Amino acid sequence: MNSLWSWWVIIGTVVSIIACVWLIVFTNRQRASKEEIVESEAHVWDEDIRELNNPLPMWWLWLFILTIIWSVGYLIYYPGLGTFSGTSEWSQEGQYDAEVAAAEARYGPIFAKYGAMEVTDLVNDPDALSIGASLFANYCSQCHGSGALGARGFPNLTDDDWLYGGSPAQIEQSIMSGRTGIMPPLGAVFASDEALNEMVSYVQAMPDGMDTSSPAHTQYMTLCIACHGADGSGMQALGAPNLTDDIWLYSSSPQQIRKTIVEGRTGAMPAHGHLIGPDRARVLAAYVYSLSQ
Amino acid sequence: MDTQSSYNDKVVRQFTLVTILWGIVGMLVGIIIAAELIWPNLSMNISWLSFGRLRPLHTNAVIFAFGGSALMGTSYYVVQRTCHVRLAFDKLAAFTFWGWQAVIVLAAITLPLGITQSKEYAELEWPIDLLIAVVWVSYAIVFLTTIGRRKVKHIYVANWFYAAFIITIAVLHIFNNLAIPVTLFKSYSIYTGIVDGMMQWWYGHNAVGFFLTAGFLGMMYYFVPKQAKRPIYSYRLSVVHFWSLIAIYMWAGPHHLHYTSLPNWAQSIGMVFSIILLAPSWGGMINGIMTLTGAWHKLRTDPILKFMIVSLSFYGMSTFEGPMMAIKTVNALSHYTDWTIGHVHSGALGWVAMMTIGSLYCLIPRLYNKEGMYSTKLIDVHFWTSTIGVVLYAVSMWISGITQGLMWRAMNDDGTLTYSFIESLKFTYPYYGIRLLGGIVFFSGMLVMVYNVYMTIRQVKPQPVAVIQPA
Repeated sequence: MNSLWSWWVIIGTVVSIIACVWLIVFTNRQRASKEEIVESEAHVWDEDIRELNNPLPMWWLWLFILTIIWSVGYLIYYPGLGTFSGTSEWSQEGQYDAEVAAAEARYGPIFAKYGAMEVTDLVNDPDALSIGASLFANYCSQCHGSGALGARGFPNLTDDDWLYGGSPAQIEQSIMSGRTGIMPPLGAVFASDEALNEMVSYVQAMPDGMDTSSPAHTQYMTLCIACHGADGSGMQALGAPNLTDDIWLYSSSPQQIRKTIVEGRTGAMPAHGHLIGPDRARVLAAYVYSLSQ
Repeated sequence: MDTQSSYNDKVVRQFTLVTILWGIVGMLVGIIIAAELIWPNLSMNISWLSFGRLRPLHTNAVIFAFGGSALMGTSYYVVQRTCHVRLAFDKLAAFTFWGWQAVIVLAAITLPLGITQSKEYAELEWPIDLLIAVVWVSYAIVFLTTIGRRKVKHIYVANWFYAAFIITIAVLHIFNNLAIPVTLFKSYSIYTGIVDGMMQWWYGHNAVGFFLTAGFLGMMYYFVPKQAKRPIYSYRLSVVHFWSLIAIYMWAGPHHLHYTSLPNWAQSIGMVFSIILLAPSWGGMINGIMTLTGAWHKLRTDPILKFMIVSLSFYGMSTFEGPMMAIKTVNALSHYTDWTIGHVHSGALGWVAMMTIGSLYCLIPRLYNKEGMYSTKLIDVHFWTSTIGVVLYAVSMWISGITQGLMWRAMNDDGTLTYSFIESLKFTYPYYGIRLLGGIVFFSGMLVMVYNVYMTIRQVKPQPVAVIQPA
């Protein structure tokens, strides 16, 4: 804000407050005489609407004056008058930084202790797991559910099927850095609708074994093998799901499988490292790890 | 009787009847969305029945259709009676009625279709905004010209408030809605980022201040002394609170943007002027309530006065609650919670709707050459349904809102949050039920009103009323 606008704000604010004071003083200069309180002939409308001129109630007047005095004090102490930052030098950014620093000073040591422990030890610490449950409720349950059972597109964290690996280090990395899994759209690859339908049926039946006699099998071995593997067991480095188990990230219905193949999918686990830091991530990783143990 | 010697009450009657109609429609939509918050599947996956589409329909219907029609109708009545002259420009006045109804119908079609500017209380797209601007300027011309032709020296206080409301809403509407159209149904605001936010809440808060406060104070200043048959308590007080109210309200908008990217200085000024606003707001309450001095006994027999006194009480309560919620430390708890919704409805149902209903019961017999309403008993029934309804609504939202605020900030000894969001949502369910019940009770009173009004005006052929000569 340049000084022109700053003065614009200051003058506008101060003039408004002074105008209120003037209004009070002006209308209260003379206390009403008895005659004035009595309705005057000039103040009659629509036959029976009249006005008295009672004095301003004193308690109301004091309420008005006190709020004005309080406001002047506030505008001296806090920022408000243009670029004048107030004698307190307060700002919401400063308040935020101070609160975060205070919280870090108070809670940092608790989490530093856990951060120095291994996940395999933390899973045996009830206090750590209880904290992990609180963290999970606030950071993870929106997608993975309160019970960590997942939802369509969001993996179940209580089973032993892991898109990116279920070791403590892999879970921690998922939390800290996030993950992005991409299934490319392959609708254009199929020569005909029948070919696509065969692929859908083939994928749907994979948990019962790969049907090598299907024409779709040949196509699988060229199109899908790079990520999902020759045996269909997926690849954790890419987050490509195992297609041979009966766990489905986007449901096993033919419609959904078809949609996955034609339109592709993007699964995003957002990074949380910058939100919670490595120590809390360690505690959270321990909690998530404990769910499948 | 030649037309200039009688009042133009036709347009007043039209606005009065649609006020009741739009009140019913707006409140019914409110009930539906209150139910959808409890049972989200109620929308049956139909997009135009979803909460996000119906919520702006509800707010627009109750504020601009119900409240707007009430203000335009009563202001036309009051300005004629207190200026002792027929309303200016019959045809232009008729245009404001039909134009405003067209705006309402267009809103009722476009909002459920999802055609919106995404600005709260200013959702309507640019073609409708242009129509609103034309209608509103016409309204200002009719109203202000009538004041200019008055046969009395003093302009009655009700007209100050109506005039301030009309002029300010024109300014707010035009500047907040400045946009670049890209298609018939889509435009982009000329403001960006936090400037857009500030413009929006300068508009939004003054819509409360001038539409829902100043306008209805105008209504109050005519109908309370009329019904109580008592003089206004203090001319001096009305001067002080009028000028301070309209001057200070203008500044209060930033309190909607506490702890956002709005600069610190703007937040502080919004808060400071919200606090100063307390006394000017209460000036109107004092003048209204003290006008009943010497007429308190009438409250036992006159349910219309009961409507007015309870309305003024809710006005005083809401205008105390508002400045408190504008204090940053309080706002840090109340913002984004149901407390805000409770605050809005104690103002909208308690103050605005109850003042309107009381005034209409006072007005309708006068518009149809009747001594009084068909049934005083039914007015009393309506009074109790309204009062109980608004109390259920406000109290349930206070409990729900304050608890939400407390749950969201509750921390464990280790610094983690005690509750997940879903737990706070779960807590609110019973209170959402009480809120819905309050809405239904309030709404049922409106149905009683429809019957009472119908029985009052049926088979009546209204006669022109002669302009009264000034005293």
